[in-house]
Amino acid sequence: MEGIMNMVGQVGRNVIQSVAKLGDATLFALATLRLLFAKPWQGKHFVMQMYAVGVGSLIIVVITGAFTGMVLALQGYHMLVKVGTEALLGPWVALSLIRELGPVLAALMFVGRAGSSITAEIGIMRVTEQMDALEMMAVNPQARVMLTRIIACAISLPLLVAIFDVVGLFAGYLIGVEMLGVNGGVYIGETIDKVGMIDIQAGITKSIYFGLLVGIICTYMGQRATATTEGVAKATTRAVMLCSVMVLVVDYIITSFYL
Amino acid sequence: MSGYKKIEMVVGIFVLVGVMSIAWLAVELGGVGGLGSNGYKVIAIFDDAGGVRTGSDVMLAGVPVGQVISVTLKDNEEAEMVFNIKEGVLIASDATVSIRTKGLIGEKFVRVNQGSEEDYLAEGDEFEDTESAINIEDLISKYIFSGETK
Repeated sequence: MEGIMNMVGQVGRNVIQSVAKLGDATLFALATLRLLFAKPWQGKHFVMQMYAVGVGSLIIVVITGAFTGMVLALQGYHMLVKVGTEALLGPWVALSLIRELGPVLAALMFVGRAGSSITAEIGIMRVTEQMDALEMMAVNPQARVMLTRIIACAISLPLLVAIFDVVGLFAGYLIGVEMLGVNGGVYIGETIDKVGMIDIQAGITKSIYFGLLVGIICTYMGQRATATTEGVAKATTRAVMLCSVMVLVVDYIITSFYL
Repeated sequence: MSGYKKIEMVVGIFVLVGVMSIAWLAVELGGVGGLGSNGYKVIAIFDDAGGVRTGSDVMLAGVPVGQVISVTLKDNEEAEMVFNIKEGVLIASDATVSIRTKGLIGEKFVRVNQGSEEDYLAEGDEFEDTESAINIEDLISKYIFSGETK
């Protein structure tokens, strides 16, 4: 009896703690985003972060995009050819990429490449008391460290997703038309015919939300990490896990609005 | 400072490539700035819209010449469609329109059958004659019915 009571109590405690953390994270995000209009404007640090998270993730996004487009074309062709509709290979590849795989895969890669480093960096800055040092020099660490990273994530992820889409489309075309022998004109014509502005809008909207989400979660986790080596390691793992799951959950929610 | 200048350059290139990718997707696939921006509008009244929607193609001799920009109910009994026809495409005033299907189970489109008159439809004009969608169920029931009477 005592054991069951304890177990139920533990569940309750975990739920309360999670809700408290969610509230804390929301307040943290709002407090940080409010600094967007605060002076001095952290332009130089923002550019540095764009370089770190955006340009830094470029190569992995291009490689992932190319192989995603290629495998979609290969897989799709062998499914569609069974029912004689390989003419629809173009829209198959394009819609899968633009609506779903582009935003989600690019975001997951982005979490692994940029998100983890953000959490680790901020965590270590806390361990080595760099945040306090910044404050001593009358620099608001929330504006210089947190805000620049969140905004850099929110701006660079949509750009990365667009690059992912374009690379994937070309790779899919290469495999579909050059290797598998689908008629090139039909491939392009059907793609242009079936893909609408709403699809592109859905993909880009998703990526903006994903960018904000990754930025906020990773900076928050770094900021609230226990200031020890172990604490930073734990926070980084948790940030990556939480971001990956949240990307998929939010993806489902946004998709249901865009059908 | 030169190190920072270099970073600035690289970030600039990255942003430009990204924005160009979005623009390419929107213009090439999304059809932004294509049809719809220039052209003229004509109206057609059908007994049955038969599945034509906003965005369906308008074809003349099998070539896309415009798009359906609205399908609305008129006087609670007829379907009124507005087409946007590309600039430079001339449709004779006695041309007729019909609703057809691409392939056997493909999507619906509007077919314009060119007329022989010398004067052409202009902005806001209405087609004189329309032919509604061919309903396959009606055709089949007609066929079965005619078989019974023999």
